[in-house]
Amino acid sequence: MSPTDIANPDYFHKVVDCQWACPAHTPVPEYIRLIAQGRYDDAYLINWKSNVFPGILGRTCDRPCEPACRRTRVEEGSPEHRRASARPEPVAICRLKRAAADMKGDIRERLPRRAAQGNGKRVALVGAGPASLTVARDLAPLGYHCVVFDRDAKAGGMMRTQIPKFRLPDAIIDEEVGYVLDLGIEFRPGVEVGSMRELLAQGFDAVFVGSGAPRGRDLDIPGRREAAKNIHIGIDWLSSVSFGHVGRIGRRVVVLGGGNTAMDCCRSARRLGGEEVHVVVRSGFDEMKASPWEKEDAMHEGIPIHNYLVPKAFVHDGGKLVGITFDKVEARYDAKGRRELVPTGEPEVRFDCDDVLVAVGQENAFPWVERDLGVEFDKWGMPVVDRITMASTRPGVFFGGDAAFGPKNIIWAVAHGHDAAISIDRHCRGEDLRQRPPPTFQLVSQKMGIHEWSYDNAITPERRHRVPLKDTVIALKSIKVEVELGFDAKLAWSEAQRCLNCDVQTVFADKLCIECDACVDICPMDCITFTADGDEPELRTRLHAPAVNLAQDLYVSGALKTGRVMVKDEDVCLHCGLCAERCPTGAWDMKKSYIEMTHAGGTPRVHLPGRAPAPAALAAD
Amino acid sequence: MTYLAKPKLHHPSLPRNALGFTRRDYEGPVSTLCAGCGHDSISAAIIQAFFELAIPPHRVAKLSGIGCSSKTPTYFLGQSHGFNSVHGRMPSVLTGANLANRDLIYLGISGDGDSASIGLGQFAHIMRRGVNMTYIVENNGVYGLTKGQFSATADKGSKSKAGYSNEDEPIDLVMLAVTLGATFVARGFSGDKGQLVPLIKAAVQHKGAAIVDVVSPCVAFNNHPGSTKSYDYVRAHNDTVNFLDYMPEREPIVARSEPGGVQTVVLHDGGAIRVRRVDESYDPTDKVSAMAYLEARREAGEVVTGLLFVNECDADLHDAQNTVGVPLNALSDAELVPGSAALAKVNASLR
Ligand SMILES: Cc1cc2nc3c(=O)[nH]c(=O)nc-3n(C[C@H](O)[C@H](O)[C@H](O)COP(=O)(O)OP(=O)(O)OC[C@H]3O[C@@H](n4cnc5c(N)ncnc54)[C@H](O)[C@@H]3O)c2cc1C
Ligand SMILES: Cc1ncc(C[n+]2csc(CCOP(=O)(O)OP(=O)(O)O)c2C)c(N)n1
Ligand code: SF4
Ligand code: SF4
Ligand code: SF4
Ligand SMILES: [Mg+2]
Repeated sequence: MSPTDIANPDYFHKVVDCQWACPAHTPVPEYIRLIAQGRYDDAYLINWKSNVFPGILGRTCDRPCEPACRRTRVEEGSPEHRRASARPEPVAICRLKRAAADMKGDIRERLPRRAAQGNGKRVALVGAGPASLTVARDLAPLGYHCVVFDRDAKAGGMMRTQIPKFRLPDAIIDEEVGYVLDLGIEFRPGVEVGSMRELLAQGFDAVFVGSGAPRGRDLDIPGRREAAKNIHIGIDWLSSVSFGHVGRIGRRVVVLGGGNTAMDCCRSARRLGGEEVHVVVRSGFDEMKASPWEKEDAMHEGIPIHNYLVPKAFVHDGGKLVGITFDKVEARYDAKGRRELVPTGEPEVRFDCDDVLVAVGQENAFPWVERDLGVEFDKWGMPVVDRITMASTRPGVFFGGDAAFGPKNIIWAVAHGHDAAISIDRHCRGEDLRQRPPPTFQLVSQKMGIHEWSYDNAITPERRHRVPLKDTVIALKSIKVEVELGFDAKLAWSEAQRCLNCDVQTVFADKLCIECDACVDICPMDCITFTADGDEPELRTRLHAPAVNLAQDLYVSGALKTGRVMVKDEDVCLHCGLCAERCPTGAWDMKKSYIEMTHAGGTPRVHLPGRAPAPAALAAD
Repeated sequence: MTYLAKPKLHHPSLPRNALGFTRRDYEGPVSTLCAGCGHDSISAAIIQAFFELAIPPHRVAKLSGIGCSSKTPTYFLGQSHGFNSVHGRMPSVLTGANLANRDLIYLGISGDGDSASIGLGQFAHIMRRGVNMTYIVENNGVYGLTKGQFSATADKGSKSKAGYSNEDEPIDLVMLAVTLGATFVARGFSGDKGQLVPLIKAAVQHKGAAIVDVVSPCVAFNNHPGSTKSYDYVRAHNDTVNFLDYMPEREPIVARSEPGGVQTVVLHDGGAIRVRRVDESYDPTDKVSAMAYLEARREAGEVVTGLLFVNECDADLHDAQNTVGVPLNALSDAELVPGSAALAKVNASLR
């Protein structure tokens, strides 16, 4: 193999599995260390800069970082886990984010200031969801005049109208949406944008469409029209609950669908009079779209989930819904490995109920965008959007969030927002959109003494800590009582210890190595091998431990004195630094990589070496 | 050294041996030797060898003298018996322990100072008595622990770190062991575990006095230009005569034909070692020609490594002395104190 190019920021970025997996690339281990030090303000600001809504995301994020977390993989070989047959689990990255948000002080002084002077450019943003708000946050401090339109009275989008209050209290949304609006953004509530043509005619320098995926799919089976009064589209019903228009539901409720909306529907129904609430899904329990923790939360509240049942008909008694019937199916796989749901032929299953909530998917709808404006749509009615620049086919019109590629989640909306803001800024300056600013990257030794490092390199054997919950009896009494209590300082500290500091990189200097094997012998995870060079697939088979995780890179050195090379499999490295401690020549060093995405208008900024970046510097951006 | 305990976590695919142990179960606490010391690599090789042999750790006794090398038993086989004796006196303690309990597997760990300087007399007698054990010399040419004075194995003309030249003739422990009647004599290099691990495995399975002299660079005091025990020097002058494959009894012994030829030596336990020759002419069962070769290469400044001499004679100190067949602690009071009638019989036989 050719020696690894560690000057390319992507190499070490990939080693930080969580940060690489995060759509906004939040520097996770850095903020976790700050939490462990009790520096909650700093931890919050690192998050705020990168993902804009730390308090909201710390409660609701889809957390793509957690399945990627190295902690799970390293615990697979742990003697403790073997004995207790407990599943290895990732660091509670998401809930630590919330801990920073909960325990911080007043950070407003450290947020960017309103631009002292406008730059004369005006940007229209349709919808006040997380995508638009991110664009506005990135652009306003640069002097852009941002006008945000939303048909609702308050900003926040689906974070406010869909996510139930027992998961995300209004106060948190008010606070974090407020930080954005306070940057001098013009918010126009209660304004439905009815025509893109008219909007363009107002002479904005750019338009950002962050209107979400507002339409819930319906279920057209017999009885739908007759029993309509007690059949509700999930997302419409949830927003009515949010706005306080709906406060009760029947005693027996069936929720159709296996996604996150279904989980919020069933748990909301439990709090609004639903005593017997059942979730019914077409396919298998394991294939449900809802995150595992959401299913757990629902079941914890006494909501059974039934699978392999396909809705057949709504049963009504003179227009009054009395139940719903299902066909039983099973999963079969054809020769190509494709799954089919085949009726088992067993008698139909009937659930008696008073109300049904249909949560079988969401759709985009752009009736207000005229099709002759140069904004192209594909055959499914989705806009044609560039995945990197977020640009539509009409210069100056950009999409992001659920509006761009269909329903996703908040953190993707934020990531799209950052990318779109860069594009809008470049567009307004007449620059090439395809040229993207590189991330800031620094690599600084953590060595303080022979065996002293400026990070805590001890590895705790502790298991993932559970977030304390409100007593279920109390929680189910109100739609507004927050269920999760969050980590306190002590729990947050303990959980933070589980982080492996994957951003503290093992950096190898081949010129210094005397091939004494000390690092190979000490490494608890058998990461390091000195061997003859070879092609990657073949090399992977003859390392100290086979390198089977192809998603993880091999770090390969140049030729050493004996002609061999050093090969390190990054997969299960603990970042414990023992290799560097045992190396007589300093050929290994532990260096902290700090990688930060560059946002709109930002030129790469240099941080003081060896210190957490001062997030206050944001103001100077 | 490090202040951090080695985490218990290990690679998910870490193999287990017949006893269900992983290699990690044969480790001890983290070494306090200088980072990069060859001795630590030898510890790692011992761990690997005992893991591969699936030896229950509590069946092993590791004994040592004084020196950095003699400290290392702390860092491997943490579940085994250990005895850290007086400088140069490990052989007599090991001999005594072996006589008292013949059932344990004995591992003597020593340094070149411990064995060739202060302990040379003890070294000679344990070899000539054929004590059943594996004797590992971690040979760095200096007294590491006392800061790098030349030891008795330092080559004539080699330079100390301070620039002095050694003017004394070196003692070659391999040659000495062969002359004194050791029946398994090998030399390895701490920087080549591929060669060292099978040597240790075969030595452990050999019945009788087995010695492995392991050249082990002292990174602190003997790894400079001018030293003949440095990583660079040994790598440049390593004359490997053969490689071993140790094969336990259960595996069929097939003599494969390989370049250089293969020689199979059956061990007393029914297992065998396959000697893969690198040097066609070298025959480790031919004592006289082996000694001639070793001396010639030494004169030329080469470090000969591999299995250098083996004689599967299947007899040890216990056989020679016709001792009782079980450990002394397994004898009952009736056997140990047979009574006055028995005494009278003995006395009568001496009249
Ligand atoms: C029930 C439910 C629960 C969810 N839970 C989570 C969760 O726990 N975690 C998570 O990460 N994601 C969750 N999501 C998804 C998440 O809410 C969305 O992915 C995210 O809000 C999308 O952000 P956005 O900025 O693209 O648009 P949205 O948040 O949808 O905001 C769009 C806004 O545009 C406004 N708008 C639309 N058209 C017009 C127009 N023509 N004129 C004026 N205003 C208009 C709408 O009123 C709305 O306020 C959930 C979604 C649902 C339905
Ligand atoms: C009776 C006695 N004499 C001298 C010493 C001092 N001493 C300690 S270690 C040592 C030499 C050890 O050399 P070696 O066996 O080569 O071990 P190394 O440290 O090189 O591994 C000496 C002379 C001692 N401890 N005891
Ligand atoms: S930091 Fe070094 S010693 Fe620790 S697991 Fe990683 S490679 Fe091994
Ligand atoms: S410990 Fe250092 S010098 Fe020794 S092999 Fe490893 S990297 Fe090379
Ligand atoms: S002084 Fe030499 S022999 Fe002793 S631990 Fe250090 S390197 Fe090893
Ligand atoms: Mg020595």
